[in-house]
Amino acid sequence: MADFITLTIDGRSTSVTTGTTVAAAIAIADATRPAPAVAASAGVTRRSVSGQLRAPLCGMGVCQECRVTVNGRAHVLSCQTLCMPGMNVKTGAAA
Amino acid sequence: MTEFFDILIVGAGSAGLAAAHAAANATATARRIAIIDDNPLAGGQIWRGGPAKQQDQRARQLWQALEAAENVSYMPGTRVLMQTQSGELLVQDAEQAKTLRYNQLILATGARELLLPFPGWTLPGVTGAGGLQALAKGGYPVQGKRVVIAGTGPLLLAVAATLKERGADVVAIVEQASMPALASFAAGLALTPSKATQAIQLGAKLRGIPYYANSYVTTARGEGQLQSVQIQRKGAKLDIDCDYLACGYGLLPNTELARALGCEITQGAVQVDLWQRTSEANVLCAGEGTGVGGVDLALVEGRIAGLTASDRAKEAQKHFPERASWQGFAARLAKTFAPREELRKLAQPDTIVCRCEDVRHDELREQPSWRSAKLHTRCGMGPCQGRICGNATDFLYGWRPDAVRTPISPARAGSIITLEPHKET
Repeated sequence: MADFITLTIDGRSTSVTTGTTVAAAIAIADATRPAPAVAASAGVTRRSVSGQLRAPLCGMGVCQECRVTVNGRAHVLSCQTLCMPGMNVKTGAAA
Repeated sequence: MTEFFDILIVGAGSAGLAAAHAAANATATARRIAIIDDNPLAGGQIWRGGPAKQQDQRARQLWQALEAAENVSYMPGTRVLMQTQSGELLVQDAEQAKTLRYNQLILATGARELLLPFPGWTLPGVTGAGGLQALAKGGYPVQGKRVVIAGTGPLLLAVAATLKERGADVVAIVEQASMPALASFAAGLALTPSKATQAIQLGAKLRGIPYYANSYVTTARGEGQLQSVQIQRKGAKLDIDCDYLACGYGLLPNTELARALGCEITQGAVQVDLWQRTSEANVLCAGEGTGVGGVDLALVEGRIAGLTASDRAKEAQKHFPERASWQGFAARLAKTFAPREELRKLAQPDTIVCRCEDVRHDELREQPSWRSAKLHTRCGMGPCQGRICGNATDFLYGWRPDAVRTPISPARAGSIITLEPHKET
């Protein structure tokens, strides 16, 4: 069951296996990002109120650090969202 | 949209599934049962990724039976927002809001990790211990990554096993409990032979990984992302290079929904009687919400709650001795792995304590109470609604968070608008 799903993360097309969470897909996309764009890696999902880069913390839908914009809807918890074909994800990394 | 259920269960982890199974099986006249869960797949944390895929055959059996039961509905990706009136909850999924009415409500909301602030803990690459395990089960890339697993409790070993299985290079396990405490806990495992077997199997899987007892992480360092951690060990500091730090100081019951419903809370856990009933009529609680005790306790509590909710007290009673035995295990767990004093001293003046609002330790330590901190610094007023910093400030400053505010989870305005005017509270 090695089905692949292709989605867009911060404008880049990324393929992941079925069952992968959006949080994981973001980290996977970062790992394949060509240097030197890797100022921030390790799966950054959002920018904090004082501008710090943040990545998932609790992994289980509690801490809200992993929230991203999915298909135009803001504040979606990427750790509790499975990747779907054609999904458009925007993180706070580029903002 | 309003739907009605005889028994509504919040949480599709081990306790919730056991409750649903007991209730579904116990009834001659089929009651309508629903399970809602905020994750995309059932199983909770312990059976994350779906009960059908677990090695634990109890998970597979429960799920198979529930899938076959025609009177059980399952709503994944659904979060409770608030109680709209007695016997009614407003919930939302990715698309819409719904009102769910019930005769009996079983809370099986599980636990979260105690995450304590230390310099660098906000860096990308620093996660909870169970946190990284959960992320990895969702496909988070850990293969070839150097991981330090730190904090406290047997969970650290389970996390190490999961990560190693997925190709991570676990460079150290850092346990804050002291060696004598660990030895006495290990001796106590004889009282629960299945746990002793598990421990031995884990030990074999983790052979070769450095295990530092009586040690803890003091600092995480890196530019833009984690690069190394410093640990305190035997009076000396030790630096370890790593890509991820998975650090958690044990588990705490999720009690927000119970509190919003008015249930009594004792020592951080939902207070229940022998039948798993809370102080509120028609509201029961099972699993980690009543106090952290692991999957075996959650399963038996779930079974009792499911039987109680379907008026089968006699059958429920048969499970009391098993529950008592796992409660003993839970008590030994809590005693052995209580977080040590020194952890209160890790936060530096500029260490962020409230991650949602970026409130620093030096702004908070001057405050007399949680309420005052909220008013003056916005601590606890971000999207996590104090779920992370509330536990940290309890540990650091002894503050008790006050009443929960509804909606208990961040809600879309559209979900609130669906409320009919006469139902406004």
